Amino acid sequence: MTDLTRRFFLTRSAVLGCSLAASPLLTPVTFAAAPWDTRLIVIILRGAMDGLDAVQPYGDASYAGLRSSLAGGPQNGAMDLDGFFALHPAMAALAPMWKAGELGFAHAVSTPYRDKRSHFDGQDVLEAGTDTLQGGVRDGWLNRMLQEVPGVEADTAYAIGMSEMPILKGKAPVANWTPEATLSLSPQAERLLGMISESDPAMHAALAEAALLSAADAPAMSGNMARDMQEIRKGGQHLKIAEFAAKRLREDARVASFSLNGWDTHRFQERGLKAALGELSDTLVHLKQELTGPVWGKTAVVAMTEFGRTARENGTGGTDHGTGGLMVMAGGAIKGGKVYGDWPGLRESDLYEGRDLMPTRDVRAHAAWIMQAMTGLDKATLERVIFPGLDMGSNPGIVL
Amino acid sequence: MRAFQPEFAEMRFGCGLSPVIAPIASVEAMLAGITAPDAMAQRFPIEPFSTFRERMVASDELRTTLRANRGKPEAKEAQKERNLLKKQARIDMTHWLGLSMLRRTYTETGFFERLVYFWGDHFTATGKAGVVKRATSPYIEDGIRPFVGGRFADLLISAVTHPVMLQFLDQDRSMGPGSERAQKRGKTAGLNENLAREVMELHTLGVDGPYTQDDVRQLAELFTGLSFQPKQGAKFRKDYVEPGAETVLGVTYDDAYSIKPVHAVLEDLSVHPATARHLSWKLAVHFVSDTPDPALIDHVTARYIETEGDLMQVYAALLEHPAAWTSEGANIKPPVEFVGSAMRALAVDPAVVAEMPEKRVRNVLLTPMAVMGQTWQKFSGPDGWPEEDDAWLTPQGLSGRVRWAMAGPEMLRPDLPDPRAFVDTALGSFAPEDVKFAAGAAESKSEAIGLVLMSPAFQRR
Repeated sequence: MTDLTRRFFLTRSAVLGCSLAASPLLTPVTFAAAPWDTRLIVIILRGAMDGLDAVQPYGDASYAGLRSSLAGGPQNGAMDLDGFFALHPAMAALAPMWKAGELGFAHAVSTPYRDKRSHFDGQDVLEAGTDTLQGGVRDGWLNRMLQEVPGVEADTAYAIGMSEMPILKGKAPVANWTPEATLSLSPQAERLLGMISESDPAMHAALAEAALLSAADAPAMSGNMARDMQEIRKGGQHLKIAEFAAKRLREDARVASFSLNGWDTHRFQERGLKAALGELSDTLVHLKQELTGPVWGKTAVVAMTEFGRTARENGTGGTDHGTGGLMVMAGGAIKGGKVYGDWPGLRESDLYEGRDLMPTRDVRAHAAWIMQAMTGLDKATLERVIFPGLDMGSNPGIVL
Repeated sequence: MRAFQPEFAEMRFGCGLSPVIAPIASVEAMLAGITAPDAMAQRFPIEPFSTFRERMVASDELRTTLRANRGKPEAKEAQKERNLLKKQARIDMTHWLGLSMLRRTYTETGFFERLVYFWGDHFTATGKAGVVKRATSPYIEDGIRPFVGGRFADLLISAVTHPVMLQFLDQDRSMGPGSERAQKRGKTAGLNENLAREVMELHTLGVDGPYTQDDVRQLAELFTGLSFQPKQGAKFRKDYVEPGAETVLGVTYDDAYSIKPVHAVLEDLSVHPATARHLSWKLAVHFVSDTPDPALIDHVTARYIETEGDLMQVYAALLEHPAAWTSEGANIKPPVEFVGSAMRALAVDPAVVAEMPEKRVRNVLLTPMAVMGQTWQKFSGPDGWPEEDDAWLTPQGLSGRVRWAMAGPEMLRPDLPDPRAFVDTALGSFAPEDVKFAAGAAESKSEAIGLVLMSPAFQRR
């Protein structure tokens, strides 16, 4: 081994917190054994999902008056869930999961973010897991969870997709990857790249991680750029992500997080939401299908959004930014077949500021109880470290 | 470095170094380039929206034919033609991507091209359905580009009232609940507050600005009437206007059934101190560093307030401050800039790019940039692309950069330059010793070029 090689490897190992002897470039795929056995998948629904259209409170006397072009309920093709709520027809593929008790919802939930209704601040609060953005917390709550559990290695948690996942940012090691990213370089080019990037620690670390994760992945790319780019353009990005997440979670990964976009339905919501909900259902169905054997039974999938949308339909067949929203839960570990939460009602006086679904519970409380059941973390850590300032309240009993 | 230096100016504020174009000579020349005749627009013409609109008219006419002839052969023919229109717009969009990159490759006024990108991103907009989905370049061409050297108020008015923006942020169908039209249409017609919110949150005051939900609502009511018709472009619809005066940030605007109060409120927002600070901060973050010296932001903000948003003065304030020329914490280039500056260093033959078929543009430019994290003109929201380095310095994004750096240049320029000379072309007097060594030690020309392009000295600016 030349000095340069050695230096790149050493730096790479330091970055990833594993010893030189265990470097995957010397002995491919030698990640550590998994620290625990349950699987947690957190999906961030960016753009603010209209919870009132996804899980429709058709049993509420005020509901029909608020929605005209977006009228819901079983009479409009939605699947009745419990005599009060009905599931949007675009999620019909989830019917078997609901019947099997592997799909549940928490309605009228929100983060503590209020009033300005900015997507970007709303997502920042959701992923920081804090009360406000003022406290100077820079890491994401899912990363803080990893900091509190033992045995976390470089491949325990995956942030998947092309865009950033602030929810997983922080001190605990996290693999950032997407199935299209596979890199294959000649050994000489890799050594030289290691050398010239050394002066830039942030770049060097990201390149080292790219090389490591590529080494652990089957080479999906042919090396011919034109052909590879055509392959990448073939659709179903969300399914590719689900498949990749499942592949990792079947092995040593225990946590995965990714985003689904397309929820900002200010107009023609009928069309826009159908597409987004379709992607969400296909993703969940795909995860179940790919998390084979006993793995699905130990899995909890949680999908959260920055806030809900206005209770009233707006003037363009859509909805504007609101407050209370919906959380979606799936997996064999979830006690599903139920819509959790205290329903606030939809009369004018029930609404937040006369316009939005009133949140009756902090969405973090549900996430905290799920994590408590999945990882055994104690309540004090969850309320002080992972979600600082949260009152978890009583246990809703979401996890089996 | 604490002051202007030609190569550094070209890398930080321009489109990078070129083997055929000398670096800019002075700050005065950088500024003069903004208001000089637009040589790149002439040499690499991109269709303005005023022309692009005709595609929408044609598409609408075909839809009318289609609807009038359901079940008949005429309808089938119209559908076919309509699909062809859509396809042509898609092909042209990739062509304009190539031309945008050629402008970066051959501009002698790089700061101007960068400002067009900056403001085009600040006012992110794209059509939502049909041919107009491909109208982002045309929108930038006549809605943004001619305005980057004027008053911010004029740029703001141009962008916010542009048909593409009105569609992107759902303004064109928003009606006051008490408007003539909504009264006739009944329950389903009414307000949409999307544009009003983003104008205050993103375009002017910033999310920490002093506005409330009531201001958003009032501004949405004030904006009613802004609409467009493919046949005539922007159109003010009196029958959409919410009757009564509106009050935004404590100022009451006339109850006029015209675009006047819209212009008045945008003028007021454009000179608000919160807007001055928000835009000065954003310029500093974009051009200098994720964490710019607060003194730089103060300096630019003061000039903004003093000149009521005269952008030429604002840019001059940015360029004259020593903190704009420090290399610490230099930003990583976003993929569009990385690829553009690489093409510039390679002096890619314009004919090669201008004549590339759609599929090849996708294989060589569009999809590789998507893998780096930036899908050309496909935005996840109205806030445009991230400025923070963290968003780009991901393993997957860098992996995409490495792959393109090693294989893309050869597809754009089969006769690759000598890598040892290319180090100097691309990095000038800033070429580090280790990069010079790597360029000579690589196994192949394409890998050597790729290594130069992947060096931190090239990736950051």
